[in-house]
Amino acid sequence: MSADVVDEAVPPVTVIECPTRLDFSYTPGVAQSRFLRALERGEITGQRCPKCKKVYVPPRGACSMCGVATEEELVLSGKGTITTFCTTQIPSPGLVPPYVTAWIRLDGSDITSMFLIQECDPAEVRLGMRVEAVWVEEADRKADLGNISYFRPIDEPDAEYETYKDYV
Amino acid sequence: MSNRVAVVGVGQTKYAAKRQDVSIAGLLREAATRALDDAGMTWADIDAVVIGKAPDMFEGVMMPELYLADALGAVGKPMLRVHTAGSVGGSTGVMATHLVSSGAHKRVLVVCFEKQSESNATWALSIRLPFTGGSVTGAGGFFAPVIRAYMRRANAPDDIGIKVAVKDRLNALNNPYAHLKLPDISEEMVRESPMLWDPIRYLETCPSSDGACAIVLADEDSAKGTPNPPAWIHGTAVRSEPTMGAGRDVVNPHAGRDCAKDVYAQAGITDPRRDIDCAEIYVPFSWYEPMWMENLGFAAEGEGWKMVDDGSTSFTGDMPINPSGGVLSSNPIGASGMCRFAEAALQVRGMAGDHQVDGARTALGHAYGGGAQFFAMWIVGSEPR
Repeated sequence: MSADVVDEAVPPVTVIECPTRLDFSYTPGVAQSRFLRALERGEITGQRCPKCKKVYVPPRGACSMCGVATEEELVLSGKGTITTFCTTQIPSPGLVPPYVTAWIRLDGSDITSMFLIQECDPAEVRLGMRVEAVWVEEADRKADLGNISYFRPIDEPDAEYETYKDYV
Repeated sequence: MSNRVAVVGVGQTKYAAKRQDVSIAGLLREAATRALDDAGMTWADIDAVVIGKAPDMFEGVMMPELYLADALGAVGKPMLRVHTAGSVGGSTGVMATHLVSSGAHKRVLVVCFEKQSESNATWALSIRLPFTGGSVTGAGGFFAPVIRAYMRRANAPDDIGIKVAVKDRLNALNNPYAHLKLPDISEEMVRESPMLWDPIRYLETCPSSDGACAIVLADEDSAKGTPNPPAWIHGTAVRSEPTMGAGRDVVNPHAGRDCAKDVYAQAGITDPRRDIDCAEIYVPFSWYEPMWMENLGFAAEGEGWKMVDDGSTSFTGDMPINPSGGVLSSNPIGASGMCRFAEAALQVRGMAGDHQVDGARTALGHAYGGGAQFFAMWIVGSEPR
């Protein structure tokens, strides 16, 4: 065995690539199972908080603000209002910029959900715009939120600001 | 708080896009050693170590607190890791303060970090979740709609974000540790920078930085012998709220208002704009400055943007915000909140150098994280309270 004193600088090793891949599993639980089974049927469901009376989509089994279980279930129309949005100009897997991600208050619900807006020039998207869900073909539906491909504008007048201003 | 606690040491690394001259451990030691030097202490003087960083998924180093124990002199001592998303730098400071105020420890080393050059934060934050339908690209994709909602709600002129972006980059020129140094920064330059997440432009976002920030906290006895003036902690508060709550106001979050109210009450602050001399707040996207002005009670609802417009938040204004250049100039994510807390301490210690606010006696450090659902704040002062 030979030993040397560490007295000489060497060129630094600055970067070593360490690729890591993770595939996750997800168990939706009782409340989301109901929601996902409804999606399989082509329905969007919400659940109402017995205390604040607000309707959650997707239902989480409880109102996260009041901390009480939600029991009443409703089927929503799949139409809604854009309460705010972002036009993304940078690439994302499977999406060509510019694309619009909107926060949508579904009619009859009291919370917004994020969806892509398509079949529409991104420059035309605006607050208060009325939109509807576009579903994948019936044969391709699974218990998955991916059953809703995106939302598209519908031929209805824009909602008044007062009706959606508190939903962001 | 039961026992008085002071910040007696602050240490920061130079923030940069790539610190490939050091490992993660080396980066933390650089900040920690500087904080110990400032405090006139050695590793042996420290009773416990608390670290904070953003999700492990960023750098792919699982449980970095285990790997860092020896580098931070924590072998044989208590070592804790805190995680509350982007607010972690703040909440780590708060948790460490509790260790001293409770009497559990006398001298605690606190270090927060991120090495973004070894990570890919945007993509780590862009996972397709099985319960949301939209595709969010990075933090900007989440916060841009919130900013748009604020602009509409407050009827704010669309150049307010541009003004903040210029102001913070001008401040950064006076901070030797700041990452972004843009001496030619102008409103025109910001306006013409590419739109990334409309309405957020490239120069209205924070950079990706490598860096670490450390502080040494001490009880009253231990603070007496330290070589530099201490910053006394007058109050600390942490609050959280659900990401998905019906009736939640993500533009002006309830948790942020409650957190501010709590920390002001502890510090005896009744009128924040009058009683606080300067603030370091978490502004990763320029529009968050006017939004937080309202959330923190510096301005009435809908009027935060006016403080930007009339120059009140500039370095020479009556309420200087982010004299260090803020998150818009340096963003080592897990450390960004601690940088705010540490810079607030430097101000009241009179040790902020070229970005020292004249006569700063009371300062606020603020951090937020997640979907604007975690908040951490502290108030520090030149005198004990």
